[in-house]
Amino acid sequence: MTGHTEAGSYEMVVGLEVHVQLTTATKAFCPCSAAYGAPPNENTCPVCLALPGALPVINAHAVELAARAALALGCTVHGTSIFARKHYFYPDLPKGYQISQYDRPLATGGVLEIGESRIRITRVHLEEDAGKSIHDRYPSASAIDLNRSGVPLLEIVSEPDLRSPSQAGRYLRALREVMLYTGVSDVNMEEGSLRVDANVSARRFGDANLGTKTEVKNLNSFSNVERALASEFERQCAVLSRGQRVEQQTMLWDAARDMVRPARSKEASHDYRYFPEPDLPPLVLTDDWIDRVRGSMPELPAARRARYARDYAVSDGDIDVLVATPVLAEYFEAVAIASGDPKAAANWVTGEVLAERKTAVHAITRASPVSSGDGAAAPGSSFPVPVDRLAELIALIRAGTVSHTAAKAIYAELVRVGGAETAKRVAERLGLQQVGDDAALRAWIDAVWLEHAAEARRFESGEQKLKGVLVGLVMKKSGGRADPRRVNQLLDERAVRG
Amino acid sequence: MSADAVRAAFARAREMKAGPDGLNIVLAENSDAEREAGAMTAAEGLGGPLLAQPIAVKDNIATLDIPTTCGSRILEGYVSPYEATVIARLRAAGAVIAFKTNMDEFAMGSSTENSAFGTVHHPLDPSRVPGGSSGGSAAAVAAGMVRIALGSETGGSVRQPAAFCGVVGVKPTYGRVSRYGLVAFASSLDQVGVLGRTVDDAAAALGVIAGRDPLDSTSVDIPVPDYRAASRRSVRGLVIGRPREYFPERLDPGIRARCDAAIDAFRSAGAIVRDVSLPHTDYAVPVYYIIAPAEASSNLARFDGVRYGLRVTGSGLSAMYDATRSRGFGPEVTRRILLGTYVLSAGYYDAYYRRAQRVRALIEQDFRSVFASGVDVLFTPTTPTTAFKIGAVSDPYEMYLNDIFTATANLAGVPAVSVPIGSSQGLPVGGQLIAPHFGEATMFAAAYALEGSLGSASA
Repeated sequence: MTGHTEAGSYEMVVGLEVHVQLTTATKAFCPCSAAYGAPPNENTCPVCLALPGALPVINAHAVELAARAALALGCTVHGTSIFARKHYFYPDLPKGYQISQYDRPLATGGVLEIGESRIRITRVHLEEDAGKSIHDRYPSASAIDLNRSGVPLLEIVSEPDLRSPSQAGRYLRALREVMLYTGVSDVNMEEGSLRVDANVSARRFGDANLGTKTEVKNLNSFSNVERALASEFERQCAVLSRGQRVEQQTMLWDAARDMVRPARSKEASHDYRYFPEPDLPPLVLTDDWIDRVRGSMPELPAARRARYARDYAVSDGDIDVLVATPVLAEYFEAVAIASGDPKAAANWVTGEVLAERKTAVHAITRASPVSSGDGAAAPGSSFPVPVDRLAELIALIRAGTVSHTAAKAIYAELVRVGGAETAKRVAERLGLQQVGDDAALRAWIDAVWLEHAAEARRFESGEQKLKGVLVGLVMKKSGGRADPRRVNQLLDERAVRG
Repeated sequence: MSADAVRAAFARAREMKAGPDGLNIVLAENSDAEREAGAMTAAEGLGGPLLAQPIAVKDNIATLDIPTTCGSRILEGYVSPYEATVIARLRAAGAVIAFKTNMDEFAMGSSTENSAFGTVHHPLDPSRVPGGSSGGSAAAVAAGMVRIALGSETGGSVRQPAAFCGVVGVKPTYGRVSRYGLVAFASSLDQVGVLGRTVDDAAAALGVIAGRDPLDSTSVDIPVPDYRAASRRSVRGLVIGRPREYFPERLDPGIRARCDAAIDAFRSAGAIVRDVSLPHTDYAVPVYYIIAPAEASSNLARFDGVRYGLRVTGSGLSAMYDATRSRGFGPEVTRRILLGTYVLSAGYYDAYYRRAQRVRALIEQDFRSVFASGVDVLFTPTTPTTAFKIGAVSDPYEMYLNDIFTATANLAGVPAVSVPIGSSQGLPVGGQLIAPHFGEATMFAAAYALEGSLGSASA
């Protein structure tokens, strides 16, 4: 394809506008529940239905979460910011305007570091969500659900600092981590709590000026963002390489067709007629208040990465896996401390624990969210095996009381019983305690020697590579209970003897 | 307490033909009013001047059970599922909501000729307008139906009809009274106001409805004084400012004469009268007619035929919007929505809206300066003319000039009251007192003194 070779001489320039839903219990400007999944129009009141005469009142918790996110992104949170009305007519926008922020946003000028790159954050502001239009429910009518109307959103706008779809993906994943760590949003894609619009342009490598950009809307998953960026970039490169100009326009991502298409002009060109929201006084935040929010900031992903590498000597790969999910990281850390063995804790958490978690019913984590920010439950409360039980299991392995193989079986049983039994008790009940007693071990070795006489002979006459096979056979014979270290020693004796 | 006052109110309404076939003051009645008044006797802890008193309420204030139409087709028959904070406070004080009163559609007008449900006639001369936009509420008080009515102010909509009808009309400080449940016209100017037969009536009612409301973020947490007690204070030594911009050459001679008499009365009572200047007064009407329509165009966007009120179907969403809003809004409302949409549009915002806000700040500064210079209260005529004939003012801009002396107080956020100061050619004349922000107590004292020396309860 010629488009592909042409694309090679152009550089992609991308800025992202990300909307995340805040984790407040109630809506941004009224006391209605902000919870997802209620029957249609149940979480509504005069304010979020825009009944005549109703007035908005700002949700203080939403302001705090927004400020926390802004500070986590290194932004300056302003002492005074102004709410503004953004106007457009649509049936799921009950007031005919959205309360947002415009020329005086909550915060400006931050940075998000992803690896070696510093992606600048232009602004962070607070606004409200619209309701939902449902066009496929009734044959000849559209339905409106206003449960989402007024739910608080944070808009995070980046500078055009991103240069590739994968870098945009890394930026979004890093942003997601920050939101999870600060408890600002649960960033649940299925519930639409993270939505992305992308400003995309292309320019020849080395060109200092930005090309004409298009805005790609309707991106609701990380993979959609990456695919849409690639697709739109390729389209622009093809236009440019034909010597034509890119038209400034709004594009919609069609995930089903894996392509972008131009939005109808009505969807694209709005004069939003912003003006300061007269129903809400300017949002004034004192330095003391901002400092308090800063002081209550939990550890951020970047700091946690550095600390894990420094304090626990965990591998980069394990750190990535752990840090990506705050609850997993917190669980790991608790186990590492309780067991005094960070390496083993990391192996277990990124191995058995994660595997079990992935296969476990999704609903378990949904029913007991730990990432809910303030007042979160103790680390590990969403995990079936309590921290002290896993730490105990690790200690049993280290002490030689159980083997690795047996430990996996014990872990599976601990998952089944929850915190009801100690690891030791489970090991006893299942008869999985490691056997280090030489007489018992020799009996198993003798049995293997009888059953696999040829291999045993070759090993005795110096074929060292057969040792592993024989140790494995002994372990198997013992039902995983044999102490592999002692078995190794006993086999070495036989080799020497032979 | 008995239901006598409520019964008398309904009897008076019938006698005055307050309904659509007569003066057209009343858009809806509370059929349960008499029973409610009777029930007040049983309630505990109630007392005070409003107990079992019938109240007339402008039809842009949300009431349960009785429709709230704003004088508009687009809300014809609409009944609010919640009630305004001011209504809840009145009812908690034992008052009974008796009538919803006619008004200029969405409070846009100065004559009550813009109601979708017909013009209100002046109780003293049915060929004349009662003023507006709270014309129905002013007329209800003037006709003797009620002692107290609620109106709303955006640019003089309580004071101007109060002046025309010969009753007392109060526009409180912006933030003094909750706007929750007042259907918004221009949010930064709107304030619920009170119409009373006497200063005492108005002071009593304002005392009940004033105060911080957590449901209105623009309401202010400042203690509410006892306005009735404050109104009895002497005006001896009070400095009354007479701003020259409010007494132009062309001022109606009858109104000028009554104002001169009022000034004399203040002097006789021991007040000091000082000539002052509010230099940006001339800009008030143009500034008002940029800011108010801009906010109105936004506030009225919610009337879209989707959730409540009128819906006129068309082929598709856009056609539904067009048909509903074209059919639902009258010509003055349409004019202001278009004007407001224009001044907020990209490319025009700076030239109009932003500049108007700057001039508004200068107008407010005029007031702050004059009050800082030692003036306690300003005295001006409320209106440039007395009540005019129905249909006499057809040019919109000429109609807007009715607000020339009143719009300033809304733009500056300061409290003001219109008090009857006599009549000119048989028609009532209103004098206006303007006080500093949250200076209602002083304002009532001056109003009470003026009422005692000049005014007489009308009708």
